[in-house]
Amino acid sequence: MATVPKPHELTIDHKPPQAGWMETPVVFRPGTWCYAAKTKNLEAIGAPNPREWSPADEDWKLPENWKEMIFEGIRERLDKYRSFKLFMDICVRCGACADKCHFFIGTGDPKNMPVLRAELLRSVYRKDFTTAGKIMGKFAGGRELTMDVFKEWFYYFFQCTECRRCSVFCPYGIDTAEITIIGRELLNLVGCNIDWIAGPVANCYHNGNHLGIQPHAFKDMIEFFVDEIEAVNGVRVEPTFNRKGAEVLFITPSGDVFADPGTYTLMGYLMLFHEIGLDYTWSTYASEGGNFGFFTSHETMKRLNAKMYAEAKRLGVKWILGGECGHMWRVINQYMDTMNGPADFLEVPVSPITGTRFDNARSTKMTHIVEFTADLIQHGKLKLDPSRNDHLRVTYHDSCNTARGMGFLEEPRYVLKNVCNNFFEMPTGTTREQTFCCGSGSGLNTDEYMEIRMRGGLPRANAVQYVANRHDVNMLACICAIDRAVLTASMNYWVPSVGVTGVHELVGNALVMEGETERTTDLRGEPLAGMEESEDEDL
Amino acid sequence: MGIKFSLMVVGALIAVVFLGVKGLGLYYLFGVIIPYLAIFTFIGGFVLRIFDWARSPVPFRIPTTAGQQYTPLPGFKQNKLDCPSSTAGVIGRMALEVLLFRSLFRNSKVELRDGPKLTYQWEKWLWLAGLLFHWSFLIILIRHLRFFAEPVPGFVHLTETLDGILQLGLPGVYLTDGLFLVTVTYLFVRRVVIPQVKYISLPADYFPLFLLLALGTTGILMRYFFKVDLLKVKELTMGLASFHPTIPEGIGILFYIHFFLVCTLFCYFPFSKLMHLGGVFLSPTRNLPNDSRMVRHINPWNYPVKVHTYQEYEDHFREKMIEAGLPVEKEQ
Repeated sequence: MATVPKPHELTIDHKPPQAGWMETPVVFRPGTWCYAAKTKNLEAIGAPNPREWSPADEDWKLPENWKEMIFEGIRERLDKYRSFKLFMDICVRCGACADKCHFFIGTGDPKNMPVLRAELLRSVYRKDFTTAGKIMGKFAGGRELTMDVFKEWFYYFFQCTECRRCSVFCPYGIDTAEITIIGRELLNLVGCNIDWIAGPVANCYHNGNHLGIQPHAFKDMIEFFVDEIEAVNGVRVEPTFNRKGAEVLFITPSGDVFADPGTYTLMGYLMLFHEIGLDYTWSTYASEGGNFGFFTSHETMKRLNAKMYAEAKRLGVKWILGGECGHMWRVINQYMDTMNGPADFLEVPVSPITGTRFDNARSTKMTHIVEFTADLIQHGKLKLDPSRNDHLRVTYHDSCNTARGMGFLEEPRYVLKNVCNNFFEMPTGTTREQTFCCGSGSGLNTDEYMEIRMRGGLPRANAVQYVANRHDVNMLACICAIDRAVLTASMNYWVPSVGVTGVHELVGNALVMEGETERTTDLRGEPLAGMEESEDEDL
Repeated sequence: MGIKFSLMVVGALIAVVFLGVKGLGLYYLFGVIIPYLAIFTFIGGFVLRIFDWARSPVPFRIPTTAGQQYTPLPGFKQNKLDCPSSTAGVIGRMALEVLLFRSLFRNSKVELRDGPKLTYQWEKWLWLAGLLFHWSFLIILIRHLRFFAEPVPGFVHLTETLDGILQLGLPGVYLTDGLFLVTVTYLFVRRVVIPQVKYISLPADYFPLFLLLALGTTGILMRYFFKVDLLKVKELTMGLASFHPTIPEGIGILFYIHFFLVCTLFCYFPFSKLMHLGGVFLSPTRNLPNDSRMVRHINPWNYPVKVHTYQEYEDHFREKMIEAGLPVEKEQ
């Protein structure tokens, strides 16, 4: 695996090179590309062209007629997606998007300018699908599809996190995510996925979640956190699994079951549900909120997402509650009902505690845990002691997908301000709809890709550094499981004084539960403010 | 490459008219035939392009939300223009986008310093120049309607009056004439001066700018410096508009150059990036409400896919599930 340069060793130059981009083939330098999808992971879902290969190889072992397959794929998608067709045609190359991409900011690679990323595909489209391009070729901005061009697609469509920040600034709303999604579909047609996506997809398809946790292990792992909670405050929560007749099915990313710091967020969920007496169940079959199929193709997304409604129907629940996750909520908000609905066997979500009817989810019938909790707080249904988070000085990172694919901006801030006393916003232009990606979204959170991830994480980290310097912020809150995993790495790299937490971890800390013993530590076992052995001089 | 090639093409276009009209006397070709071809190409091409885009469905509801969503919870105020959930909101969002370039107004500029440290600078020049250019162009277009209607409609007079509000010189200087040239020049200069923008620019980006510059220059030369006989020009244009084309004698070559460049623009328009004029209205990230949890969006080609069913899952894990005390559908 490639060694990652130290922060001060990274060179970034935003000035483009002399040679034109069409004449600059891609170089696969270690640390800047992800491993190829393994044979078994493609076979697991019946994906085309399973084989052992590496992007660093000269020969990618593509089918003989790969070009025709790609052209056919483009043709089909032009007819199926107005977004794709339109975005191939109307860009004026004004350059407003150029410095909006975290990968461009962190690498200086001109092909990471969203406009140029799209041009990689557009140039081929012009050459073979437009009259001007067929006649005028290069003068019309056309380019032959060659193996070099195809490799470039692989490199740059897996160097885009589909975060949509550029689309906020584009005067025509051109969304690079749409282009990357289609680009990846084309790559997948001939078997060119990355293993960090193909592996979780295979796992999720057969075992119910990205990590491949089997049903008995899933139950075990959650029960482990039941013990952990008891150790913190003496309360024993009692989650149930695959239980028919529960009112609510709860689905969250499996990452939160598996690794810190997501696990503390999971403990927060368990405590909250216990305290309000929610009649809910976990599912081991639909044990994944996230959807790496979304990073593969629209079809794969649908195949994985189908489990949510299918399981809700089988268990006979009334509605679904979803945990903290970014792309999971893009899929639920903008795709699920269309793909796998209508969910006419479910009811419009109504909070059994407050009676609030979530009419904003009246068709999809799935409510976000943070809006659910915000409603509980608004109705005064939770007893909260925010001083239990006084050892933390918190800022909030908007996940790309909830911000730009949902408009979920105020709810998490409201919850945070109610569960902790020290909350600080990062600078304008780096949050809300203009939030910066963590740098590792859309299935790129793999170790061999660390250099690019850290480069892509720079704009976010830099904004955190700003509030760390100015307000002594030491905790970065987020509502995304990928964020929890990858921002931890990015903070370690860029701003080591800052940790990462889910919003419901802080809820769990602040939640005063019935019958609990006095807490001396937070959910991580860190001493609460005033409970340290030595005096805290800050307070 | 792009700059030279585009300049050459525009130069060649001018040379073609010059030779054609001055040298060969092809008045009818440049005064009647090409203009008719151009307008039909423009209208036909434009409509075809829109239909072609519209033919492809919008399978998913994918607005880019740029503000707070609608929620039933009190206290969270929805941003109805940047994150609309109703048709009225979408119309408002689109109006802001089309008339005021809302998204471009968000533009900023990143600056990288040692550290590395990032700062975000105020950068509204592109927005300002873009907006002034488009509005100037529209106003100039409206003013030109005086050549195609008799009597000249009131709104054309009004536009002329407002545009000439400075009342400088004779004939009165139009604000938009100057703005047009200045903004098009700005759009060209930034393409050459900003390294990233230069890097992404194609011949198709320079060509329309040169064409517009040539158009504006010939127009201004005609109006303020080398005057052509406007009565005769109007005779020609009215002839075209009434489908009784005539070629009055003695209209200067400058007019034919200007007119031919307009025709070129009209012909080029539907097949170029200039179609963003029509395309922006169809953009699915802007023209859809963020209501996909409230109203089911229908994908016309939605098809059944192979899924791993619960039964298959349980069949695979049944023993382990029973052992772990997890409920199962079938005991064996």
